[in-house]
Amino acid sequence: MLGMASIAVERPRETRVEIAARGAKRVLLVLVGIAVFWGLWEGYRWIGERAGITWPFAVNEINMPHIHEMLRALTKPLQPGGPALIQLEWHWALFTAKEAVVGFALGGVIGFGLAVLLSQSKILRRGLLPYIVISQTVPILAVAPMVVVGLGSKGVEPWLSVAVIAAYLTFFPVAVNTLRGLLSPDPRQLELMRSYAAGKWWVLWKLRLPASLPFLFSALKIAATASVIGAIIGETPASIQDGLGGAIVNFNQYYSTGPENLWATNIVCAVVGLVFFAAVVITEHLVLRRAPEHVA
Amino acid sequence: MNEQAAAVSITGVSKTFDTGVTALTGIDLDVQPREFVSLIGPSGCGKSTLLRIIGDLIEPSSGSVEVNGKSAHQARLDHDYGIVFQDAVLYDWRTISKNISLPLELLKWSRDRRSARVKELLDLVELEGFEDNHPWQLSGGMQQRVSIARALSFEPSLLLMDEPFGALDEMTRERLNLELLRIWEASGSTIVFVTHSIPEAVFLSTRVVVMSARPGRIGGIVDVDLSYPRTGRTREDPHFFELVTEVRERLAAGGADVLLAEEAPS
Repeated sequence: MLGMASIAVERPRETRVEIAARGAKRVLLVLVGIAVFWGLWEGYRWIGERAGITWPFAVNEINMPHIHEMLRALTKPLQPGGPALIQLEWHWALFTAKEAVVGFALGGVIGFGLAVLLSQSKILRRGLLPYIVISQTVPILAVAPMVVVGLGSKGVEPWLSVAVIAAYLTFFPVAVNTLRGLLSPDPRQLELMRSYAAGKWWVLWKLRLPASLPFLFSALKIAATASVIGAIIGETPASIQDGLGGAIVNFNQYYSTGPENLWATNIVCAVVGLVFFAAVVITEHLVLRRAPEHVA
Repeated sequence: MNEQAAAVSITGVSKTFDTGVTALTGIDLDVQPREFVSLIGPSGCGKSTLLRIIGDLIEPSSGSVEVNGKSAHQARLDHDYGIVFQDAVLYDWRTISKNISLPLELLKWSRDRRSARVKELLDLVELEGFEDNHPWQLSGGMQQRVSIARALSFEPSLLLMDEPFGALDEMTRERLNLELLRIWEASGSTIVFVTHSIPEAVFLSTRVVVMSARPGRIGGIVDVDLSYPRTGRTREDPHFFELVTEVRERLAAGGADVLLAEEAPS
């Protein structure tokens, strides 16, 4: 009778060639981005050295090592006869990643749990949210030693203390964003649930949680990089030598004689952060299948 | 359930909001089983508020509402009614089938029973083939039909509709009017329908309840004695126009800002 079937907007299925083309385009864009950054870095160095730029910092070998030297540093051993730097970096990265993963998971679960708890009562929100915000205004550098020493006295292994510090940075964005997502259903959607005489748990499970997922994933993207930063920073006061944080402290002390080692470690840190971020993005794509405009 | 009970029985209902605004005062109205009653009136006359009071989504300040011979509250707990809003209020993360079967999940229907019922409903609202689509892939009119199918899914005896076609274009609206009448006759349910369109109210209803504003009250009731099934032809029936005029005049008598024939510019 209606013949409205043709009105539905079907997204055309991509052919294999189109998907490959899209993927190639992305890879190309990333490569172009790296090339542009590389060019800007080396260009500034080249001009800066010749023009004698001293503000905001002097442009020279120490402050701006060549990018190819940073990469070459990765292939060279730190001590004669020792393993190449990249091999050491690999072990440090794995160690730090372990702390970050545990911290990310811990912070994610705590943040999510807090959000669910807070979504259930306005009084709890009024009472607890200020303290959650205050927790983040305390500098992590002040909290880290207390956590390491405090937990250490209880016999907790140092790397686990560092994971707790990473969790401290992770739980906050997860709690705040997820809470926003849990509270996002509009009055009509809640009225609909009420018309079904749906209980609180049902509303949470069927409406609030699914509605919060895009918010949760935006938070997890922030948390992914924050957990890596938390792990790196947490290693410093714990005097942990086995991770990237320890390496950074170490290379910092020898910066004037080998700046490229510190820079190479920075690159490795960035790569670890990117891997974490990518893991969340991929998970999001697998979990959420919804309108493009709804993907946060 | 008492067979003789009115589908909806409203006695002396008033509603004053916390803001001090009196939305409704002294509402008395009975709706018999299988009736199609429209509530029409200017904005601010409390017609949507009245619908929500029937559905126990808000409570009246005084007076009482019975649905199928029990309190509105008990009727809601018993899933005696389904509701359709102006927006379809579909869940984007669910497919069309899953949106329709949402209330059935709450009622703990088995998976097989749910999918059989969804199939029936998709057939009823003529959306076969769209079960695996997501809401955003459908037009506004199609989304609203999904919403109607969802409201009908658990076979409530009463359907509450709050300007369900208000956001749609005229042609889609007229088509869905026809379809709603077909669904109403097929499902045997009672419908309370809020609208601000006079022709829509007359075309659909067995009775049109004309409300006036500030404070919201019932200004009069127009019996629509057009025979069913109503078709596109009904809209061209001279008696249809007479009834439209009668509703318009009652709205004007209630203080609504409508244009009457004698005031129309020549």
